[in-house]
Amino acid sequence: MRVPAASLALPNTARRAVALLATVAALSAVRAAPPPVQDTIAQRVAACTACHGKEGRAAPDGYHPRIAGKPAGYLYHQLLNFRDGRRHYGPMVYLVDPLGDDYLREIAAYFAGLDLPHAPPAPPTADAATLERGRRLVAEGDPARRVPACTACHGAALTGVQPAIPGLLGLPRDYLSAQLGAWRSGQRRAMAPDCMAEVAKRLAPGDASAAAAWLATQPVPGPAAERLPQKPPLDCGGVAP
Amino acid sequence: MSRRLVLGVLAALLAVAAAAVAWLNVRGEAPIPPDARPVAGTPAQVARGAELARAGNCATCHTARGGAPYAGGRGIATPFGTVYAGNLTPDESTGLGAWSPEHFWRALHHGRSKDGRLLYPAFPYPQFTRVTRDDADALYAFLRSLPPVVQANRAHALRFPFDAQPALAVWRALYFRPGVFEPEPGRSAEWNRGAYLVRGLGHCEACHGERNLLGATQGGLELDGGLIPMRHWYAPSLASAREASVADWPVDEIVALLRTGAAPRGVALGPMGDVVLRSTQHLTEADLRAIAVFLKSLPQVERPAPAAGPVTPARLAEGERLYADHCAACHGAQGEGAEGLIPPLAGNRTVTMDPPANLVRVIVNGGFAPATASRPRPFGMPPFAHTLDDDQIAAVATFLRRRWGANAAEVSAREVTRFRAAASD
Repeated sequence: MRVPAASLALPNTARRAVALLATVAALSAVRAAPPPVQDTIAQRVAACTACHGKEGRAAPDGYHPRIAGKPAGYLYHQLLNFRDGRRHYGPMVYLVDPLGDDYLREIAAYFAGLDLPHAPPAPPTADAATLERGRRLVAEGDPARRVPACTACHGAALTGVQPAIPGLLGLPRDYLSAQLGAWRSGQRRAMAPDCMAEVAKRLAPGDASAAAAWLATQPVPGPAAERLPQKPPLDCGGVAP
Repeated sequence: MSRRLVLGVLAALLAVAAAAVAWLNVRGEAPIPPDARPVAGTPAQVARGAELARAGNCATCHTARGGAPYAGGRGIATPFGTVYAGNLTPDESTGLGAWSPEHFWRALHHGRSKDGRLLYPAFPYPQFTRVTRDDADALYAFLRSLPPVVQANRAHALRFPFDAQPALAVWRALYFRPGVFEPEPGRSAEWNRGAYLVRGLGHCEACHGERNLLGATQGGLELDGGLIPMRHWYAPSLASAREASVADWPVDEIVALLRTGAAPRGVALGPMGDVVLRSTQHLTEADLRAIAVFLKSLPQVERPAPAAGPVTPARLAEGERLYADHCAACHGAQGEGAEGLIPPLAGNRTVTMDPPANLVRVIVNGGFAPATASRPRPFGMPPFAHTLDDDQIAAVATFLRRRWGANAAEVSAREVTRFRAAASD
């Protein structure tokens, strides 16, 4: 049955009173309860941002790296590496242990898709000679030890290459140096063939520290490159297009 | 009495004790027939064995992280050292390739390896001994159907004297008897099926039973709760309404917990999440219902609540402030949670049970619910290990245990230190 529209009409003053009451009710509801938990991917991965910083921008401690905006394939592989025993940070392993491949891929894609501004780089913490040694190693490698330039794989701008090679900028010196050390000792591994382990083991003493020192002083000029202009110098597991 | 006589009597007593231990270790064991050989099972046996292996959660211990399934190598930490799970794949030299069904049965039922050595009860043969010969043969057939993996077993790293076979023989003489599952005639077939799975392959007692100083589960009420050695998770009592009893749960909710990892009145945390993920979610509906029916019938005990003791108002205020800053955004100002998304903390048994190990572990390590087939995108609780120190975690845990109708004892910073020290992996 249809109700005639006129029968719903209220006098103007009554309408205003109802509107006022509704506003008051809405306001007091807002004050009484915190915003309800949303069923979003951001809410589901609150466990990640607790350490990696708001929206994965990195934590100020210099230990938990930025994950926002890294290539999705790279992030996905790291989640698998933790779950499947190639990386060993206990708290990470514990978190990803009960999760399946599809969900890990979704989590990786979520953080990869966050395009957030980078903080300016930290002021240099090494002397000029060390920084120059680092710069040369990054740009030219060390042919005598068969160490390729970082740019040969990580992109001319060092911002990484889609879909699975990470950028090397916007990361703290301690973090970079710890990763190179972990690769040398076998504590950090990637899918075979583990090219980065090979490169790290070829480095001369002091190289890792110098490269990390220089990389940490560079601003991030832009997003990851779409592709490498040439074939990478080593075979790398999991990064083939 | 001459000194020689005393020594003689002592030696005789020792010999009698040794003989008793030796006899208790082989009692009831049929000799392996000389013609026992490896055999291939029927396809039906292989299929049933695969299901049974999931019911027994064999792969979890017998697979190293990232390693080939069932090829062993995972270390099980115990208070006596680390026991490494063996290679169960049918490789001739490093796995079970040369084992006959008789050898496999003897391992499961009597806890003795092919070469005659006694097995450590980290392999839960005190429970597996109740598995039927038919089921053991099906498991054997399934394991033989796996691709053989060459992976040598890693030697256990146990402290003296636990690394010595005679010590293990004494332990077995004290605590292990081979047994069979006897169906209870007054109970339904469904109940008996549940009892068989829970007491046998499911080896629920291995965590939910209290262990004595020598690591044996024995006596007392069934599944009455125990602190899991080394891992510092508490497997709560299924006999106590204050812990994890499901006596008043509908069967459907128990099945939902075992199938999905979550139910209206509880979620599977820590090691239980792992059990749901790798074992129970794969069981048939009939088996899950049988388990639920059996668990509902477990004898219950009403214990007086432990004394809650005083807590200073300042301590509660500190906990309340921390709760408002770090927890309320998700768990709600009144600990009400968000239906279907975030578990409530008000009226939550994990919050109030003793010891408060699980509450502390969840705050410290956070964690995702198991990503089961029915809930593949779980929510994750953030870890607070880097945000809150032990004293702050103790304060917020204490606050939760005194609000919204709860009245449990204060959690001390020392307890937090103790429980968080366990490896998170």
